[in-house]
Amino acid sequence: MKKPLLALIGLIFVGFLIDLSFDAFIQLTLIYVLINMILAMSLNLVSGFTGQFSLGHAGFMAAGAYASAFLSTIFPMNPGPMQFVYFLFYAIAGGAVAGLAGYLVGLPTLRLRGDYLAIVTLGFGEIIRVILLNTKTVGGARGMYGITGPTDFTLGSWTISKFLIGYAHAIFWVVACFVVIWRIIRSHHGRAFLSVREDEIAAEAMGIHTTQTKVRAFVLSSFFAGVAGSIFAHYANYLNPASFSFNRSVDAVIMVVLGGMGSLSGSLMAATIITILPEALRPLQEITGVDLRMVIYSLALILLMILRPKGLMGTKEVNEFWRKYVRKTS
Amino acid sequence: MQDFIQHLINGISLGSIYALIALGYTMVFGILQLINFAHSDVYMIGAFAAYYAARTLGIDKNPGVSTLVILLIAAMAACSLLGFTIERLAYRPLRKAPKLNILITAIGVSLFLQYSGQVVFGADPKVFPAVLEDSVLFTLLGVEFKSLDLAVLFVTLVMMVLLHLLIYHTKLGRAMRAVSTNMNVAAMMGVNTDRIISFTFVVGSALAGVGSVLVGMKYPKIDPLMGMMIGLKAFVAAVLGGIGNIAGAVLGALIMGLSEEMVVGYLSSTYRDALAFGILIVILIFRPAGLLGKGGVEKV
Amino acid sequence: MRQLLITILCTLPFLAGCTKKSSNEIVIGQYGSMTGSEATFGQSTDKGVRLAIDEANAAGGIKGKKIKLVTMDDQGKAEEAASVVTRLIEQEKVVALLGEVASSRSLAAAPIAQSKKVPMITPSSTNPKVTEVGDFVFRTCFIDPFQGTVMAKFATENLKAKKVAILRDVKSDYSVGLADFFTAKLKELGGEVIEDVSYSSGDVDFKAQLTKLKTKNPEAIFIPGYYTEVGLIARQARELGIKAPLLGGDGWDSPKLSEIGQKAIDGGYFSNHYSNETTDPVAVEFQKKFKAKYNEMPDGLSAAGYDAAKVLLKAIEQAPDLSGAAIRDQIAKITGHDGVTGKISINDKRNATKSAVVVQVEGQTNKFVTTVNP
Repeated sequence: MKKPLLALIGLIFVGFLIDLSFDAFIQLTLIYVLINMILAMSLNLVSGFTGQFSLGHAGFMAAGAYASAFLSTIFPMNPGPMQFVYFLFYAIAGGAVAGLAGYLVGLPTLRLRGDYLAIVTLGFGEIIRVILLNTKTVGGARGMYGITGPTDFTLGSWTISKFLIGYAHAIFWVVACFVVIWRIIRSHHGRAFLSVREDEIAAEAMGIHTTQTKVRAFVLSSFFAGVAGSIFAHYANYLNPASFSFNRSVDAVIMVVLGGMGSLSGSLMAATIITILPEALRPLQEITGVDLRMVIYSLALILLMILRPKGLMGTKEVNEFWRKYVRKTS
Repeated sequence: MQDFIQHLINGISLGSIYALIALGYTMVFGILQLINFAHSDVYMIGAFAAYYAARTLGIDKNPGVSTLVILLIAAMAACSLLGFTIERLAYRPLRKAPKLNILITAIGVSLFLQYSGQVVFGADPKVFPAVLEDSVLFTLLGVEFKSLDLAVLFVTLVMMVLLHLLIYHTKLGRAMRAVSTNMNVAAMMGVNTDRIISFTFVVGSALAGVGSVLVGMKYPKIDPLMGMMIGLKAFVAAVLGGIGNIAGAVLGALIMGLSEEMVVGYLSSTYRDALAFGILIVILIFRPAGLLGKGGVEKV
Repeated sequence: MRQLLITILCTLPFLAGCTKKSSNEIVIGQYGSMTGSEATFGQSTDKGVRLAIDEANAAGGIKGKKIKLVTMDDQGKAEEAASVVTRLIEQEKVVALLGEVASSRSLAAAPIAQSKKVPMITPSSTNPKVTEVGDFVFRTCFIDPFQGTVMAKFATENLKAKKVAILRDVKSDYSVGLADFFTAKLKELGGEVIEDVSYSSGDVDFKAQLTKLKTKNPEAIFIPGYYTEVGLIARQARELGIKAPLLGGDGWDSPKLSEIGQKAIDGGYFSNHYSNETTDPVAVEFQKKFKAKYNEMPDGLSAAGYDAAKVLLKAIEQAPDLSGAAIRDQIAKITGHDGVTGKISINDKRNATKSAVVVQVEGQTNKFVTTVNP
């Protein structure tokens, strides 16, 4: 993790290989995995590291997605080599809108504790969805369609595919989100987040402004949720308020808990599993004749919680396991 | 004026239905500090239990008080059993786990019940048997008072009184209160906490069963996802009144019912759901523990 | 052990793509909401589609090949619809697609079908925007403007109602679209919408909205929703003493409507594809076969699904080969297809032109009232 730029270039190269060897369905699923990774990591900042309980993450994702899609109708994209820059711009704008929403929601409500906070965030998530449902300019219940997305373009003799652009954009944000959260947790701001999680009263006694700390975490988390929304909007080219229902917020929480509260690499793993599992279970339907996917999914969830209550990774990161393993063998 | 009274009655009758479901949420929360997301699906199972009971007993075509009683018993039995099983299999192993885990398990159980409901019962809506003959009991100021609405209100009140008696005037109730105040100390005093928690789930689920029959009677359409929205609203009502507090749940539910009704009647119907949550947020900002909830003392 | 399990699970979707497709099968893909809050619509459509496919297979298939229908569930989510359609095209190698009920999900999936040049027929997405996506997207049902016009005309001309109230389902694009076109046409015909209130599908209590409508004394109430809610709405309207006739669209068409609504819904009018006391041999035959296979009466979505599948099978049969473009051309040429839901002709906008009937609910029968031609 010392050289994020190198990692990014490496991952983009992997994307290039995927582009050559897999079909569009697997590519689409991969993009969804990346989006969920950003979503899970951003929620982990609030839930895992700061110990606050949010059930409205889909609302911030929706805010970012719609803001970014709406922006792309005002500043239409130029389908050339510069499109990457446009997407970056849309994503930052979408993230900013979501961050602002996070600030407005967070400021009055983060004084609340535990379950009350969960319910209030749930309420805000629903309110954002109902507002979108009733806004004609973004399509209401029909949804917003024909949102500009990445397109193929040629660069000299090279054809850069639409997937590669979308992938590069998504992976850029995954790396950015990972690095930003990773660095913050190891800075004095991050220590403040952790202290709020561990013991709010003690943190306050040590001179930490707890509400302000929580709001900071919340805004940053909303920003990345908005970015995830923006990537989603431009790759799917279609938005519908129903996509940002309570269930998506729950999915995000599931990813965080499954991966381990306070483990970024855990979030990455859990996002991959949660996105792929329902797709992987699809062939079952042909064998059994009835759609048991979601039944199995929910059972797996219950069993995982009982058998592995700390999630896959606990609060540890992959490299800590790695280090331990190396030490043991040498 | 007439339509105002009509709105008032609609609101109270809607609120009393929210109240029945909210009571179950609030009881479990009071003891375990757990948002039992599966509660709304236990309620759904209750409705289906009553539906199949009525069909197998062949009483789905003759409404009357006896039918109501039989169906209530069927739904309550099915729900209690289910509540007991869920607690035993899914929640008990997690008693010491972090709160968020239990919450996810609750969501998992809820999803499991919904989706297996869709597989077992089919996704199409079913028609709930007629339980009581709906008739106009009396007319006041040009507004009709219906037997169904009054029956719902009556049953809700009876349940609330029974619950109050159970919690404040029996030994079991005292044990429940002890567990809810401090589980460890209660255990030290010789309370079998596991049994008390099981019992709480049984009672809460039975209330959901009562709710399901009453809702089925009033809105005779049941489907495997029927619990979702009504459950969410009932839960919000419980939080509004101060979760863990029985009178609070009823008060919160009535406020929810009335405010939804008045919002649609006099403001805008499109923002009905948003405003329900809006009210909740405003109240929680000013009274973070809900209307009747006691603010907890922060201990170091 | 756990790692092994996860690895297996992760590779399953990729393995699924590797299953060998036997060459004497024609694979048709269907995507729909088989689970989730709109499961009942997806399942109804699926029943109709399956009936049509089974019939074709019983008759020896097409071009000597059996038809294989692959139905994939999108859980009623737009993004799932998009990924499922990609999967059907990329991994199942379907020659054509059927779906969806909701316009919102068809709109999410249609651009993918269009860009991969796989023809898609939607059985019941009525929003005009759906087929505007491109020349590979068709529909075999009405579009909202037509149905809105039919009911607006019926209200003003047959019922002589000038003051109409609307109760729309704000969560459903179908309902919102229909309500908007109805409003526009009603104003054109000199009528007036005196109140426009909304609910969300999944609600059970509509008394607040209805009480509000009652104070305005409408001469008719237009409820462009699905039978799942309309039955309850009708009951509560009558409980509140609203006597005005209730009007609706083809979303009402289901045996469940009067099971839920009982006496309250009797006398309601809605625009539909056919009346179930029809003597049209195709429709009678369909009802008989449906009853025999599923032991229940078909609803409107099943009929629409059946017709869409029939149109597609006809096009595949006439196409010289199984390429997307060849099938597309044949679908575009369909004229006067005798469907359950009327004579279907595909016009240059890839929409079906067919006449609508207005029917009146009377217990389990929908009595024929009048026919309206496009």
